[in-house]
Amino acid sequence: MSTGESVVPIPRHRLLALLGSELLTMFRRWRTIVMLAALALVPVLIAVAVKVTGAGSRGHGPAFLSDITENGLFVIFTALTVSIPLFLPLTVAVVAGDTIAGEASFGTLRYLLIAPVGRVRLLAVKFASSGVFAIAAVLAIVIGGIAAGAALFPIGPVTLLSGDTVGVADAFGRVLLLAGYVAISLLGLCGIGLFISTLTSMPVGAMAATVVLAGVSQVLDQLPQFEVIHRYLPTHLWLGFADLLRNPILFDSYGQNAALQLGYVVIFGALAIGRFTTKDILS
Amino acid sequence: MTETAGVVGAAGDPAIVTRGLTKRFRRSGGRTAVDDLDLEVPRGAVFGFLGPNGSGKTTTIRMLLGLATPTAGDIRVLGGDMPRAGATVLPRVGALVEGPAFAPFLSGVANLTRFDAADPASSRSTRAERVRVALERVGLGAAATKRTGAYSLGMKQRLGLASALLGPRELLVLDEPTNGLDPQGTREVRALIRSLADDGTTVFLSSHLLSEIEQVCTHVAVMRSGRLITSGTLDELRATGAPRLHVRTPDAQAAASALCRLGMDAERTGADELDAMLGPDIAVEAVTAALVAEGIRVRGIAVTGASLEERFVELTGEGFDVDG
Repeated sequence: MSTGESVVPIPRHRLLALLGSELLTMFRRWRTIVMLAALALVPVLIAVAVKVTGAGSRGHGPAFLSDITENGLFVIFTALTVSIPLFLPLTVAVVAGDTIAGEASFGTLRYLLIAPVGRVRLLAVKFASSGVFAIAAVLAIVIGGIAAGAALFPIGPVTLLSGDTVGVADAFGRVLLLAGYVAISLLGLCGIGLFISTLTSMPVGAMAATVVLAGVSQVLDQLPQFEVIHRYLPTHLWLGFADLLRNPILFDSYGQNAALQLGYVVIFGALAIGRFTTKDILS
Repeated sequence: MTETAGVVGAAGDPAIVTRGLTKRFRRSGGRTAVDDLDLEVPRGAVFGFLGPNGSGKTTTIRMLLGLATPTAGDIRVLGGDMPRAGATVLPRVGALVEGPAFAPFLSGVANLTRFDAADPASSRSTRAERVRVALERVGLGAAATKRTGAYSLGMKQRLGLASALLGPRELLVLDEPTNGLDPQGTREVRALIRSLADDGTTVFLSSHLLSEIEQVCTHVAVMRSGRLITSGTLDELRATGAPRLHVRTPDAQAAASALCRLGMDAERTGADELDAMLGPDIAVEAVTAALVAEGIRVRGIAVTGASLEERFVELTGEGFDVDG
């Protein structure tokens, strides 16, 4: 027996209004601000370290690191590359794992449901808000990177991986494309976190489980024994954005990544709906 | 979804009707939390839902509000089938379930605004004003912009009541609304419930405290171990209690054995006083005659109705202990 979905059609602006309320709640929370500030500090740390000690020899350290001294825009690329395996998934998992379990642990879940928010509607808005956080998280790195890169290094035309050189405006456009790629990469994790969050009323557990899954996926992706499943892993294309730094830009990996992430969102979204609409809310 | 789910019943329908409502929890070893509950709450009533802690009151309320799905049975709230008609029924219901709960990092106003925004039927243009009025009504105007994490238990309870009063409600479901309130706050909540009832709002008030129910309710249902033991108006419940016999006599010992022979269990309450539950088929005149016939000097004899408290203890057995 399904538990009370709306039979009254809900106008779309109502969904947006609820999303607005949800985003207001999220961004008024200290935890959110602290996480975004910490992410913005990643490029600052990198830029300062490079400024103080020099870039080191090419081939050592993370990708793009050695290019920073010549062009501040590479601070952004370096910071994004460094943050993708851990910092970004960690912060996104905190938000996505908290979506339902956090409300349950506060006890506010029951009051939202008797408002009545509608269970599917709540899931949709919670997923959307964690997606918005993923975008904000990536933008925090980009903004921190621009600020630190421009403050400490020259900004100029960028030499691409294909050897062409493009102007600052073109390069900045590519930065935004890359930011979009990374944000999309995190959407699958948002879906996974949302589902795990419907399973428990302990948000820390849901967050930890989500981070662990992101880690396991990356480990499996490193092991050739699991090659058959590599291309289905949610993290498989996380670093596959090199095509955006070539001329002409190839959008194949962009599309593949979007499709992969969409698959995870659909599957885990459906699992979350199946679980949450039949769940007794006893928290 | 069927078309009937959203149909709103006529105002003449009872506010709440349950038929054979049952909830078994798979996790706690198949424990039956609510067992075959038939409940009927008339419109306009202040309905006391009384029972010891753990007797199934909150589980029942969770099912009434669509938070939990019944194992068996039907629920109609304000004429709509729950949980299917939740979207049309719940906007007309204000509720406080198992204590108030808020996002601690938000202010009282922000929390109420958030709950109100969660209801697609609520009007955005009147939201700020409704939040303000609700806060004033529970006496929280001054603390409205403070983080709720810094609220005392009593303030949280008031804020919970305010969230139940955000819109015009036809039914209020209040689960232990005076928990954590000081005597002054308790009085204020009682006055608030009375004034809401005077406006025609049906109030469903759950409590493990008889005194709370006795002072504001018109109707009462008593739960024990998930089962409904009795329900009716407060006066009906009083009337069904066994009356007590009170005898004053210097021959208390002899009177006790005489009463015993009449099938009554007498209890010495003083040097020359006896109390006994008056048996169902014995008239007080017959008792007097029997005592006098045995030469017992009767100085006074009286019958008093059972107090609601005695009745409650009688019904729930162990009284207010927690049900296992």
